[in-house]
Amino acid sequence: MKILVCISHVPDTTSKINFTNDNTEFDKNGVQFVINPNDEFGLTRAMWFKEKQGASVDVINVGGAETEPTLRKALAIGADAAIRINTNPKDGHQVAIELANVVKENGYDLVIAGRESIDYNGGMVPGMLAEILGANFVANCIGLEVEGDKATAVREMDGGKETVETSLPLVIGGQKGLVEEKDLKIPNMRGIMMARQKPLNVVEPSNPEIFTDSVKFEKPEPKGEITLVDADNVGRLVELLHNEAKVI
Amino acid sequence: MSVLVYTESDKGTFKKIALETASYAKTVADQLGTTVTAVTINADDTSVLKNYGVNKVLKVSNKDLDTFNAQRYADVITQACNKEGTKVVILSSSADSKYLAPILSVKLNAGYASNVVDAPSSLEPFTVKRTAFTNKAFNFSKIESDVKIVGVSKNSYGLYENSVELTEEDFSPSIPESGVHQKSINKSSDKVSIADAEIVVSGGRGLKGPENWGMIEELAEVLGAATACSKPVSDLGWRPHSEHVGQTGKPVASNLYIAIGISGAIQHLAGINASKVKVVINNDPEAPFFKAADYGIVGDAFEVVPKLIEKLKEFKAQNA
Ligand SMILES: Cc1cc2nc3c(=O)[nH]c(=O)nc-3n(C[C@H](O)[C@H](O)[C@H](O)COP(=O)(O)OP(=O)(O)OC[C@H]3O[C@@H](n4cnc5c(N)ncnc54)[C@H](O)[C@@H]3O)c2cc1C
Repeated sequence: MKILVCISHVPDTTSKINFTNDNTEFDKNGVQFVINPNDEFGLTRAMWFKEKQGASVDVINVGGAETEPTLRKALAIGADAAIRINTNPKDGHQVAIELANVVKENGYDLVIAGRESIDYNGGMVPGMLAEILGANFVANCIGLEVEGDKATAVREMDGGKETVETSLPLVIGGQKGLVEEKDLKIPNMRGIMMARQKPLNVVEPSNPEIFTDSVKFEKPEPKGEITLVDADNVGRLVELLHNEAKVI
Repeated sequence: MSVLVYTESDKGTFKKIALETASYAKTVADQLGTTVTAVTINADDTSVLKNYGVNKVLKVSNKDLDTFNAQRYADVITQACNKEGTKVVILSSSADSKYLAPILSVKLNAGYASNVVDAPSSLEPFTVKRTAFTNKAFNFSKIESDVKIVGVSKNSYGLYENSVELTEEDFSPSIPESGVHQKSINKSSDKVSIADAEIVVSGGRGLKGPENWGMIEELAEVLGAATACSKPVSDLGWRPHSEHVGQTGKPVASNLYIAIGISGAIQHLAGINASKVKVVINNDPEAPFFKAADYGIVGDAFEVVPKLIEKLKEFKAQNA
């Protein structure tokens, strides 16, 4: 089985979110970038397939040269090769088209993407990619087994989960649950050394038509002061929630 | 050229979010000087939609659509859009709609903006405000394609009653084969789900162990709320993963979020920022949650929560 894992290069979860250039650009100053958490679960699941069932695992990112350390980290975790599509995409649609070109060219059986990236949270790339490819698609995937070209996947839905049967070629939008957090792979010294020897191929983009574009960013209004209620006067909280906040 | 809205239903009845998306569609239609057409799939009675500004319903009834299938549903909506010559499609941000929207977007060659929290701020260019960086910021995005898809965040726009005349038309699109087949479905009992709940009661590691969840459940029951938890609580197996709230868990956009024994780490807050009113109960006055909440009690959860349950019961008895 040939697996491709999509790796989004995102600010670390604790990053301060600020904007520059008249609020049109994310301020990367002092921000550490990591593998998108949802993609980390997918990458670990791909390594499981590689170890238990035999599979090749490539990782891919659509982005500028600054994303290469993130791809190298994925190689250190155990991926065989990395691909970077050399463009700074404007939206998920553009990412999906660029990814689809590579998938078509290399014939992957399974593409594992994350449910969403934690920067733009669009949640659109996996579904668009699947539809462009004419592949099957499972969103919010929290479980995946593959046997031959048959797959069984579990997806989280509002208020429960659904188990589906499908077949390869398949694209999933994965998340926590694909593997347990304690099983997440972290690079060790040997992996880091080996990653240096592994191929990281840079592919030029096809530059499709752009559908959406960011105009500017805005930070939420600063929050008002908290109203503290004395622990001995809990009734006051009930009163406030009813009369002031009007939520009960 | 009407604005098309997909109104989700469950067992024949519209979800609240369907009425919210209809309200949103009406606003966009007014801005554009046009009407609202809703697509309904296996909904029994569509008349309530006229209260929220829907002029026309394309009513789809087909037992092949009884269980949600993203590809099929996307195909149905595509056919409705083609029939109506739609330029703007409005969807919700439920898990199902977020599943089908990207597929729809490729089928319609349309730009899609998800997590939209406000009516378009401009029509030329068509610009919407969406959440970004896991609710830590907003992004204004313009959609430049001819056909545009807007996914409205839950509880962000609100319900607006707006009575109009409604016509209903049976619509029988062709249903394509799908490569994804449902094998089984497992709904987390009949309790309120986190996604639909108006009120969420959430517990953290401060509760010490699963045996102490009785009071969380009781509080939730009094309030008609869903229960949730922080990540370590689900990692420790005290509660199911489906209750884990936050950046790597579920997002919550309830009217009221009550956090008990939760520190308020940034990754937890990322998942609840969209909730309207936040209450924290924590014995550590320095817990970061006190900076993020609207109301707070510094105190031991094991003393405060039982008192709160008692007071709420009294309140309910008085306001029954
Ligand atoms: C990449 C990444 C993603 C993450 N994603 C998430 C996520 O999605 N959701 C999430 O929740 N976390 C997430 N985390 C973890 C997060 O950083 C925190 O560790 C977690 O939220 C802490 O949970 P907690 O507040 O329940 O536990 P703790 O940090 O242990 O805090 C417990 C709180 O309970 C209080 N307490 C103790 N006893 C009592 C008592 N008797 N009465 C009242 N209060 C009491 C304490 O004062 C303390 O504030 C993530 C972390 C990382 C690195």
